[in-house]
Amino acid sequence: MPPIPPDDGFTLRLTGCETEVRPVLRQVRDTLARHGLSRDRLGTAELVLAEALNNIAEHAYAGQVSGPVTLRASLRDGRLRIVLEDRGNPMPAGTPPPGILPDPHVPRSDLPEGGFGWFLIRDLTESAVYTRTGGENRLELDFGPVPDRNAGV
Amino acid sequence: MPLQETQNNDLKIITVTIPRIDAAVAIRFKDAMRAATETGPNHIVLDLSNVCFVDSSGLGAIVASKKQLAHGKQLDLAGLTPDVAKVFRLTRMDSVFYIHAHVADLAPHTAG
Repeated sequence: MPPIPPDDGFTLRLTGCETEVRPVLRQVRDTLARHGLSRDRLGTAELVLAEALNNIAEHAYAGQVSGPVTLRASLRDGRLRIVLEDRGNPMPAGTPPPGILPDPHVPRSDLPEGGFGWFLIRDLTESAVYTRTGGENRLELDFGPVPDRNAGV
Repeated sequence: MPLQETQNNDLKIITVTIPRIDAAVAIRFKDAMRAATETGPNHIVLDLSNVCFVDSSGLGAIVASKKQLAHGKQLDLAGLTPDVAKVFRLTRMDSVFYIHAHVADLAPHTAG
């Protein structure tokens, strides 16, 4: 993971396994912080990426030791976009879960312990577009406009 | 899983001493919470003031900690940091727990 960010983005090549998620999140957060993103924006990006990377480790590469993941972040045109590509299993039915929030108003024994991940991904991004092409999963996350880092933020 | 327990007759405070409750620790957290909530007072407060990051797996483990309580026990939360509070608010899990702003307001008082 060479941390050499060009001005408008950076690329990380990582392994899609559970133990690599934390160090990758740390590196992305530190790099985006140097690009001037606010604390709130950093928290949002970290959470969405955590959900997406955990999904890759737990589902796309389920039953496998691990596999390659490419993470490309871009701040072009004043927007933060992050694209994740992996060569693991496709989404079941070819599409991500709808991400509908589980009902919190239920008896204690029925409270949801899961089903939050895709809700958070969709809720915290302007768009999350999944495509499967030639054995590769691609998830494009658009976090929307970010303040100009040259504006003294 | 480092959980620090403080209690008096009426209240047990469980303080999480690690900064992240995420997919990497969710199962261990749930198991440690089961052990920590089995004995002692019925009113339990989970102090999250040292925790700066909770993902969906960590959130699920905190909810599971409430579900696995014995009948008659209550689990509250305290000291949510901004990013953690946001996860609870977005998922509406803030309506499932009583949330105290600061654990210091609840800490068992010592005489004198």
